[in-house]
Amino acid sequence: MATAGLTHNYFELFNLPADYDLDLTELSTRYRTLQATVHPDKFANATDLERRLSMQQSALINEAYQTLKNPLLRARYMLQLKGVDLSVESSVSMDSGFLMQQIRLREELEQVRSQKNPEAKLLVVAKEIEQAIAEQVVVLTGLFKEGNEKKLPQIADYVRRMQFMVKLQQETEALEEELIS
Amino acid sequence: MALIQISEPGKSAAPHQQRLAVGIDLGTTNSLVATVRSGMPVTLQDENGRSILPSVVRYLANGSVITGEAAKKAAIIDPLNTISSVKRLMGRDIADINASSGDIHYEFAETGSPAPRIKTVAGNVSAIEVSAEILKQLKHRAEQALGGELTGAVVTVPAYFDDAQRQATKDAAKLAGLNVLRLLNEPTAAAVAYGLDKKAEGVHVIYDLGGGTFDVSVLRLNRGVFEVMSTAGNSTLGGDDFDRAIANWLKQQAAISSNVDQSLVRQLIQKACDAKEALTDADSVTIEISDAANGISWHGTLTRDILRGLIDPLISQTLLPCKRALRDAGITRDDIADVVMVGGSTRVPRVRELVREFFGREPLVDVDPELVVAIGAAIQADILVGNKPQDEMLLLDVIPLSLGIETMGGLAEKIIQRNTTIPVARAQEFTTFKDGQTAMSIHVVQGERELVSDCRSLAKFELHGIPPMVAGAARIRVTFQVDADGLLSVSAKEQTTGVASSIQVKPSYGLSDSEIEHMLRDSMSHAEQDVTARNLREQQVEADRVILALQAALKADGERLLSTDEIRQVQSKLEMLQKTRQGNDHAAIKRAIDDLNQASTEFAARRMNESISSAMAGHKLDDFGR
Repeated sequence: MATAGLTHNYFELFNLPADYDLDLTELSTRYRTLQATVHPDKFANATDLERRLSMQQSALINEAYQTLKNPLLRARYMLQLKGVDLSVESSVSMDSGFLMQQIRLREELEQVRSQKNPEAKLLVVAKEIEQAIAEQVVVLTGLFKEGNEKKLPQIADYVRRMQFMVKLQQETEALEEELIS
Repeated sequence: MALIQISEPGKSAAPHQQRLAVGIDLGTTNSLVATVRSGMPVTLQDENGRSILPSVVRYLANGSVITGEAAKKAAIIDPLNTISSVKRLMGRDIADINASSGDIHYEFAETGSPAPRIKTVAGNVSAIEVSAEILKQLKHRAEQALGGELTGAVVTVPAYFDDAQRQATKDAAKLAGLNVLRLLNEPTAAAVAYGLDKKAEGVHVIYDLGGGTFDVSVLRLNRGVFEVMSTAGNSTLGGDDFDRAIANWLKQQAAISSNVDQSLVRQLIQKACDAKEALTDADSVTIEISDAANGISWHGTLTRDILRGLIDPLISQTLLPCKRALRDAGITRDDIADVVMVGGSTRVPRVRELVREFFGREPLVDVDPELVVAIGAAIQADILVGNKPQDEMLLLDVIPLSLGIETMGGLAEKIIQRNTTIPVARAQEFTTFKDGQTAMSIHVVQGERELVSDCRSLAKFELHGIPPMVAGAARIRVTFQVDADGLLSVSAKEQTTGVASSIQVKPSYGLSDSEIEHMLRDSMSHAEQDVTARNLREQQVEADRVILALQAALKADGERLLSTDEIRQVQSKLEMLQKTRQGNDHAAIKRAIDDLNQASTEFAARRMNESISSAMAGHKLDDFGR
């Protein structure tokens, strides 16, 4: 038998259906219940062996929770479970509409610093990015629901788009940090 | 929750005996120790009824050491041998210290190593040793008050402390002879004291401005679970800086040259601190400075308005981390249930004013801001030591600063982002740069900046014996593990051959285990026997723990989870340990424990696996009576 927990995928760990449309409140409730079972604080008084296992399990549950909670990481993880690894993908083809949007958002982001009210402008860009990600989540939810192997390339396409958006989002956050400090 | 019982093996030995555990707030200016007595958390007092121990240590020429109030009083007459605010030096090298704050009142020895050692009449001492003196004093106070040896202690650290500072604190506690149950973040400790007191729910902000450090944490409280959503801060900013700003103003007003002796500097700082405290209630305060040796006699008035001009820039520096913490937690000001003030420096009315303005609400100050951290630590210590097996409290904390390693071009590649919940383990693969490369140097850094030179260097280690391959063919997997104390360990393994390398991250200016052992030896009267006796006792305690835990586990689940053959194997190692335990050979006991652990790892893993499944299988959270 393999080491505890490792035999389960993250969904099985929380005993939740492997569905992209995940009940996040239920996930966090179950997360807290699991941590209450395995967290190192519950084993402070236990043997070295139990403490080591507890730390490993607790770390695994944290990782699983962080992955499932986040729409991009969850999508990538679900693809990975189906044998699609986006990190080794090389050829990326994007439709022109999406590319244009990317270019425009990037340009706007670059111009933020020179604006009269950079924080307000940044907020506008950040809102648009947030909106775009929310829409991608909706599309992905639909695609995953169809549960069709043939849809996998299309799902992978959308996940890549989301990656671009999340990257942009991280850049807006870095810029925000620059502006507040 | 049935399976938690495996974590309480000692209980069957002495079911009614309360174990002695304390929480210690090791502060920049003041330290405290607290415990839970008859279910009530209380701070422990010295023979004069004082809870607060000034974090000041004085070294005398005869080698003796004075700690606390008496040392603080001597600061003016003996400034060079009286060490205060040593917390600012923890986990820091001389370059950091010179860069961070100008006025350090003592002299550093030229030791050729980056670890700062302070010159005193009793010899050179490190920040870790000075901190250990404060901890020893608190340990002594606790053992006097509680009438027995402590089982363990929870020691608090600023949430924004990096790995080097945490490691230094843990080393100091070990050196003081404390069994550290957990390093606990100060704002989290405050939240525990506050939350349990108020039965609070929802999102809380803890604003913790101490003598030398500032932390802000955003926590979500939900039925006994304290989930830290984000933390930010500044580990070189605190009320000490207010005093310094006032002291500089005094210097200007009294036309004192910047080149004066340490005794006068200490006097000015003391006057500044007194004035600051007086202005908590009064609108203005009269200050007198007289120093015959320097021919100075001056008196004047400090008003709240002048004070405001001096400290506003400092208080503003705390508001940036507040913004960042809210953003990292993904919340706005409207989501906050309460803002709680912690730390002695939040007594300054102007701090409260600016915090109120920033958060748009009245901050809570009803729990004593100076005692609350120690109280929270005591509550957690009581639970960790096993006095409250049914307690549902759970603390989920985060790392304050991202961890990464150096890649080509001096860039830092982040492996674990700041505000990730701990414990956490994460691995990343790297490869070789040149054909035939057989070694790889791994440089671990902590911080948010892109360039390695702007981050804190935690450790460097080398992985040797990589089989020669073409560039890019080797697969070196580097695993970062941060435990529940927020302490990092790193291991690296070449995947194709299995060459492994592992280190406990220790900064070059920390203490090695052998140094700690050496210092412990020095501090004991009968060095050799004491260390041997101590080792033996430690191994015996662990042996008893293992035996009891395994017997209980076998009884509960042995037949269900193990084959007859597996049970026989575990049993034989168990009997071996029981036999070895009777002897006096600590190394043999340790070997027997390791053997038994090896034989029972699979069993323990299956049990934990089962506890996870049963916690989730078809149950709703309410089924657990939470």
